[in-house]
Amino acid sequence: MTSAAFLDLAIYASFVMVMLSLAIAFIRLAKGPTLADRVVALDMMTVSIIAVCGVVLVGTGEPALLDVALVLALVGFLATVALARFAERRDARENGEHQ
Amino acid sequence: MINVIIGIFLLLGGFFALVAAIGVLRLPDVLTRMHASTKAGVLGSSLILIGGAIYLAETEITARVIATIIFLMLTAPIGAHMIGRASVRDLKYKHNKIRND
Repeated sequence: MTSAAFLDLAIYASFVMVMLSLAIAFIRLAKGPTLADRVVALDMMTVSIIAVCGVVLVGTGEPALLDVALVLALVGFLATVALARFAERRDARENGEHQ
Repeated sequence: MINVIIGIFLLLGGFFALVAAIGVLRLPDVLTRMHASTKAGVLGSSLILIGGAIYLAETEITARVIATIIFLMLTAPIGAHMIGRASVRDLKYKHNKIRND
């Protein structure tokens, strides 16, 4: 097997694995019993999409996908922090203020 | 040779991303799930991005990849800490309530 054929195979295999991880994280997002589970699954999906950007970058040689990955990391962090603050305040309100 | 190195980086990264997702699905509660997604997930996507940097082999691309990886490694613990604090406060309250009833 030549090295170029190995690279093609590796691109396909890692694309399948990363897409599977995205699907599995989506199952947890749909099932998750609490809000915190869903936030964790959403965080995992963001990281998986960054990995998808990396795989497609190697597959197509398009360097703009790297900017997509960087912006996705920024936005994903903001989303996680906002949802965590929301969960904390909501729990504090529901449980009364005596913590 | 360089193709083999890139392929190995991609396969390792995909493997770690898959392991992280299986951990998020299978582990029993929020804190352990967060442990899987934070560590293995960031490692997987970092490895894949390093593979991309080796493949393109340009200075600006490499700088952007390093910036993305540093940003991921800075923000994943902060986000996990905030979710963990929220869920632990909730769990502590429910536990006290059950004990006091």
